Parts: sequence; C-alpha cells; structure tokens
Amino acid sequence: MTSSSEGTFFLTGKDFVKAGTASGSLKRVLEDMGVPSAVVRRAAIAAFEAEMNTIIYAVAGIMHYYVTAEMIKVVIQDMGQGIENIELAMTEGYSTAPDYIREMGFGSGMGLPNIKKNVDKFMLSSVSGEGTTLEFIINLEKT
Amino acid sequence: MILQQLVDSLSLEVLTEGADLMRGVSGGYVSDMISDVIGNAREGQVWITFQVHLNIVAAASLKGLSAIIMVNNRRPLPETLQRASEENVVIMTTSLPAFDLVGLLYDLGLRCR
Repeated sequence: MTSSSEGTFFLTGKDFVKAGTASGSLKRVLEDMGVPSAVVRRAAIAAFEAEMNTIIYAVAGIMHYYVTAEMIKVVIQDMGQGIENIELAMTEGYSTAPDYIREMGFGSGMGLPNIKKNVDKFMLSSVSGEGTTLEFIINLEKT
Repeated sequence: MILQQLVDSLSLEVLTEGADLMRGVSGGYVSDMISDVIGNAREGQVWITFQVHLNIVAAASLKGLSAIIMVNNRRPLPETLQRASEENVVIMTTSLPAFDLVGLLYDLGLRCR
C-alpha cells in the first residue's frame, strides 16, 4: 500500500446530481492506494452517509480525508441547520428529513447509525443553527 | 446464479447499455430506503426497488450490488441511466409489483440471508 494521501472535496447542499461523487472519489483513492476492499467499503459507506447528510441538511460543506499506513481519517464539516439533539439523532429511525427527501428514500433515520457501525472511532459535534462536524477514523493496521 | 438467468427466467428488461449479465447473483434485498440498503444489503445481491432517481446508483455501486431491479414498470430518469452506465451498475425493470417479483426470485432459489 502506498504511504499516505490527503485531499478535500466540496459539498453543495441540495445538489442531488453531484451527491455521492465525493464518497465515490474517496473510494477510488483508497482502492488505488491498495487499501483492503472490505475496509474501502466501510469507509465509502460512512463517507456516503455523511455526504448525503450534508447534501440534505446543510447549505455547504467540505469532506477532508487523510490516509496513513495506520488509519483513514475523514472529517465532514458543514454550514447548515446543525443538530439540536445528537443523542436523538443517533437513534435508529429518528429523522427530521422533510417529505420530499423521504420520497427519495432518504430520511430513514439510519444514516448516522450506519456510519457508527462501519468505523472504529466516531465523533459528532454540532451547533444548532450553525453547522455540524462529523469525524471518523478507520484503523488500517489490524490484520 | 448469474443475471442472465434472471433475465431469461423472468423476462426482465435490461435498461443499461452493455450491461454485464454474466455477473453473479448471491441473493436479493428489497427496500425503497437508501440507508436501509446501505446498512443491510449484501454484496452481489439484486436490489428490488420503486426508486428511480440518481442517488440509487451510488448506493448500488458502494455496496457492490449485482443489479437494481425496478418494479411496476418504473423507469430510471435519463441521468440515472447515464450514471449507471458510467459506474457499471446494471439496471433492469419489470412490470411485476415487488411482491410478485420477489416471490419468483425466491422460487429460483435466491435468498436474502
């Protein structure tokens, strides 16, 4: 596996055409680096869910990734409505998505739990009315 | 089982050009909720859904699903089809409702788990 890589993707709220392209690009970066496919999948799933949250709920955001021999670290930071109650937001089935988002099959209240299930370390902080920062780490050294 | 066998047995209409129908099928998953598919579908399964918008392609690609099968004659939006071709995601449609399609897939031996 090649040593390390770092990069940033810009996310635009409500842009459902570009939605998924940042996590798709991250997936290709990890594949090209020779990260084991099971780990790539976990990272891509977590990144996709986080990306969709920004698209659905925020005005704009960035996804920054940092890959070393030891870990994949991804930080998604957005400007938007934020999360009022993080504990509630982490509850499976809970969602504040509007109807038109639910009609697209989002807003099942499974996104954040899906992220948590696929990563080794998960941090979520938010200021209501300002935005949300989600950071996750997937360890690479385990065999 | 491979996709071609499903197409032949159930008269599915393949919508993506140049689709690889030799691809294996390990089972099936039914859902219209994207995060449900991302959380619970398994690699190699066919995904049966009513959704037709662009973002289903990314979900299918992320999970390494064998194909998306739309029910009730649902057809993908043109941009969905284009993205699917770019990402090697196979999309098919059937006039059957989900219940009947899943019953036939089950008869063919496909399972979710």
